[in-house]
Parts: sequence; C-alpha cells; structure tokens
Amino acid sequence: MIGRLLQALFGRLPIGWLQLTHSRTRFAAAIAGVAFANALVFVQLGIMQSMATATLRPYAFFQADVMISAAEANALAEGGNVARQWMLQALAHPDVASGMGLFLANVSWQRDTNTLGLTTFGIDPAQPGFLAPEIAAKTGPLQVQMAGLLDRLSRGLPKDEAAGIRPQAPLSFEASGKTLTLYDTFSGGGGFGGDGYMIVSDQTFLTLFPARQSGAPDHILLRLRPGADPDRVSAELRALISDKTLRIRSYADAAQEDLTYQQTKRPTGIIFGFGVIIGVLVGLVIVYQVLSTDVADHMREYATFKAMGYGPGFFLGIVFEEALILGLSGFVPGALIGGVLLTVMGMMTTLQLAVTPGMILSVFLGTLVFSTLSGVIATRRLAAADPADLF
Amino acid sequence: MQARALNHWFGQGEARKQALYDINLRIARGSLTVLMGPSGSGKTTLLTLLGCLREVQDGSVTLLGHELRGAAAAQNVALRRRLGFIFQAHNLHESLTATQNVVMGLQVLGRVDKDRAQAAAAHALGLLGLSDRLDYLPANLSGGQKQRVAVARALVGNPDVVLADEPTAALDKESGANVVDLLKRLGRARGTTTLMVTHDNRIVERADRVLTLEDGRIVEDRTQG
Ligand SMILES: Nc1ncnc2c1ncn2[C@@H]1O[C@H](COP(=O)(O)OP(=O)(O)OP(=O)(O)O)[C@@H](O)[C@H]1O
Ligand SMILES: [Mg+2]
Repeated sequence: MIGRLLQALFGRLPIGWLQLTHSRTRFAAAIAGVAFANALVFVQLGIMQSMATATLRPYAFFQADVMISAAEANALAEGGNVARQWMLQALAHPDVASGMGLFLANVSWQRDTNTLGLTTFGIDPAQPGFLAPEIAAKTGPLQVQMAGLLDRLSRGLPKDEAAGIRPQAPLSFEASGKTLTLYDTFSGGGGFGGDGYMIVSDQTFLTLFPARQSGAPDHILLRLRPGADPDRVSAELRALISDKTLRIRSYADAAQEDLTYQQTKRPTGIIFGFGVIIGVLVGLVIVYQVLSTDVADHMREYATFKAMGYGPGFFLGIVFEEALILGLSGFVPGALIGGVLLTVMGMMTTLQLAVTPGMILSVFLGTLVFSTLSGVIATRRLAAADPADLF
Repeated sequence: MQARALNHWFGQGEARKQALYDINLRIARGSLTVLMGPSGSGKTTLLTLLGCLREVQDGSVTLLGHELRGAAAAQNVALRRRLGFIFQAHNLHESLTATQNVVMGLQVLGRVDKDRAQAAAAHALGLLGLSDRLDYLPANLSGGQKQRVAVARALVGNPDVVLADEPTAALDKESGANVVDLLKRLGRARGTTTLMVTHDNRIVERADRVLTLEDGRIVEDRTQG
C-alpha cells in the first residue's frame, strides 16, 4: 500500500521503498535506530520543557512590570538582599506607580512521613495588585500573624490533604520553632528546586526569619503607570539608582533571563541540552549509515541505471525517498516511546512531563531535515557509480 | 554510428597504455554488426566509447547525429535513453521483479502510465519467453532467465541502437539464437542498429557484418549476405 502511494507520489517505481524493504532485518534495525534517536530527543525535550515550565511557574504568582534584584540573584527563587532605599529611589521615577519588596527563603515542613521543602515568598498583603488574581483573592487570612497559603500541587503532599485546607479548616505545623497556620491553597507546582511554594505576609516572614530583621527584601517589584514602557523605565532606573551592581530589568526580561540561565548555565540544563544534540547526532549517523551502505550495495544497479539514461535527479530522488521513509517510520514509534517514557517519568517524579504539540512538530520537522541531510551526505558516493565499468 | 581517427588510452604517465589505435568505422542503420577479437583487444573499450559510456579522448565519435567528443553530461544522459545496453552480467535490480526491472527501461523516457508500462513490459518479457515469470524477483530466476529479462529491459523502450557485450554467454544456444533473431527482426522493422561483442559462431553466422579487433586495431572487416 505504501509502495502504491509512493508510486503515485513520485510517478515512478518506488525504488527506495522496494530497496529498503528488500532486506527486512536491516530495515527494522534502521527504524529501531531512528525511533531510539527520536525517543531520546523527545525525553530530553520533555525534561527541558518541564524545566522551563517549572522555572517560569513562580513568575506567574506575581504581577509586575519591572524587577530589581541583587547581582547574584539569577532566578526569582534565588535571593540576594536589595536595600529598601533603592525602592524609594525607584518610586521617585514619575512612571513608577508602586513598589513591593519580595522576601524569599526555604521553609522545611517536617511531616509524619516526609519533609516538604517549600520555597516561601513574603509579600505585602496590603498590595494585592502585585499578586496573580487567584492569590490576591486569598490574601485576607494573611493579615493574621503566622498565616500562610500553601501550594496545593506540592510534591509529596497528598491531594486530599491539600483539598482539606480551607479558611474554615486551617492546618498548623512547626517551622523554625514557630507555629505556622495554613489557611488556604493556590496552584503552584513543584519544580527542580523545591517541592512546592508557600506565600506568607512580609511580617510573618520576618518573624520566621529574625536574622532578616534588616528588612531588606530579595527582590523589588515595581508597577508602572499605564502606558509606560518597562524596558525604557528599566533603563532610566539603571541610570537613576546609585547602586550599579543591581539587576534592573523588565519583569518579562527577568523571567527570560532566568530561563536562559537555567538552560545554558546550570549543569542540568546543559546536560539535557546535550542530550538533544546527542539524539540528533545518533539519528543522523544511523540514517547516514543505512543510506550509504544501501548506496554502496547498489553501485552496480545505479551504474546500470546511469547507462540506461537516468540522470542525477533520479538518484537523489531515490536517496531522499529512503531518507524520508526512514525518518517517518522511525518518528512515529519514537514519538510513542518518548511519550510513554515521559509519562512514566512524570508519574515517578511528579514533574510535569508531557509531549506537547510544539515538541511533536519540531521533532518531526527536525527528523525530516536531518534525514534529508544524511541523504545529501550519502549521495556523494553515487558519483562513483561509473557505467563504463559495467562491461 | 561513426568513429573517425579514434584513439584511446588508459592510465596516466608511465602506466599510460594505448587500447585503441586509429579506429575508422561507419555502422549502417538497421544492421547487425558483430565485434570479435582476442581478449584484451579493445572490444569493450570501443563499445563503451560508441555508447557514450566513456569519454572520447582523441578523434571523433558520432552517435545518432551527435558528436560525443567533449559532449555535455546532459547530452550524454539524453542520448543514452535512445540506446539499449545488454551487459555480460545481467545487472538486474535485486529488489525489483522481472516486470519492474523492465519498466525501468521504459520509465527513463518520461512519466508513463503505470498500467501501460506494465503491459509493455509484460509484452517484451513475453517475446523472450518469460510470460510465466513476470512477478519473480531476480533471485528466483535462472541465469539465462535473468539475462533474458535484461534483454527485455534493453529493448522495451524501442532503442535506436542496441549495444551488447557477450550477452549470450549466460544463455543456452537456443535462447541466444532467439535473441539474435529478435534483434534482426527489430532491425528490419524499426531500423534498430545492433553492435554486439560475441564469439558465438551461431551469432556470427547471422550477422550482417563482422569486425575483428586485434591489439586495438581493426584487422578484418567482413560484410556477409
Ligand atoms: N579501466 C581500465 N583501466 C586500465 N586499463 C584498461 C581498462 N579497461 C581496459 N583496459 C585495458 O585496455 C585493453 C582493452 O581492454 P578491453 O576490455 O577493451 O578488451 P576486450 O577486447 O573487451 O577483452 P575481453 O574479451 O577480455 O573482454 C586491455 O589491455 C585492458 O587491460
Ligand atoms: Mg570485454
């Protein structure tokens, strides 16, 4: 059936298909190889995608236009003290409407069976405009001392237990020798850094971490007047604020820089990036190997076709046909295997691992491009098919 | 088909060795010419030069009205489509059936309707007594049958010239004679010109003309009625 389809497509005998399927074991091995390479790329991309989602997740808890961070703070979840006086300087800029200090620390929740590492943000409950609507709507209880909102998607937190936490049914636990009470939950999601998130008021935060009494937050979030360009204001603030070591950039840029940092500077990001490259190389080498041995095995036939009057386009066509067949028939099982592996890994780690349509499209296009590339390299051998040697 | 003052060398520098010396030759349309001579006398070299499979180094070769000396690759490709080659080895494609191999000889002429191509291939195979082997792969055919498929592949596109190098070596006497009779019939009916290297006496007897090469020179040129 595929043969018929190709015959109609090329308007000639599907020689590539017939040639590839002629030795079934080799064909099966080739498909398995391409499928393996595809699955490898899918898994690596899935993990990278999941890292990106996890990296960007906490940015969605807040609403801001400009973020001021310490020089050493590469991520939202990585702090470094920024003195409050810089916020006051920033507020002097005519386009800056309001500012909020954001505190950051890790809180360990020792439970009966496990320990949750919670990335904890201290916010000002009086400024709900800096919070995502879901969280802003729940800041009421935070006015109370030692109150917190818990990430209900925290890794290691049973779903029914999370669902049970409501203002009417709060849950208390000990942290740093003090009692914290959780009044409500929000949707966060564990990342590679911690098991989940918690949001408390800045007052509660400073009570929990008395060493931070200096009161310097880890990041300063700014909201601008409507219509002001965050990039322009960031540049002007860099000129205005006297501490030149501070990182002052739009909130969107901060998220993007964080992502780039995770993917290109952190070992995990680099390793998974390499995984993708290795997967691509494996696929490239396998397709090239299969195609070039196939060309070498059919030198006499190709020379005969040359003698019969077939031109270079015909031979390129055969090799491309083969590259396409190998790429496509390896892609489908590769995508399936990759999807299954990611699902299993997701269940084992509670990371959000999945094959996304974007991944399918890019891996598919990548497979086509790289198979074709292997085909191009493999056809160089075709020039050696000399019809004069046939007699 | 014509050669004038044709010389040919193999190798470079010290190892350079002349294979053909001053060949002058005209072969009439529709004739069957046999090329004979001892091993190494240059028969194959001459055949590949006349069939534009080898670059002309010195002198001139005219094929179907085209000069081959210094010809562009594209012209050679186009010209080869008007030729039918029968090699000593069958050179069939192992993954194609007998019919598909023969279709390859037709398809080179351009896009052809699949059913028409199949029918033409089946007809050509029928002429060579292979009607009951149409869908066999080469691996399942005898040596003689494979060679007959190769003959069908060479003839299916109605070539103007057929070039054959000891094609009957793999054939039994009777099939060899049949192939030659078929070529002679095509010569009369369509003006197909045949040039064949052979030592087979039964074929030599049936040829219109017999050329003998020795050490790269034509030493005998005999026309027979
Ligand atoms: N590709 C080549 N490279 C170098 N020398 C060659 C090559 N092909 C042929 N020769 C030489 O040219 C001469 C003529 O060879 P050719 O193959 O034309 O002879 P032939 O008459 O066809 O012989 P045979 O009957 O054995 O097929 C021989 O001396 C041979 O060694
Ligand atoms: Mg020879």
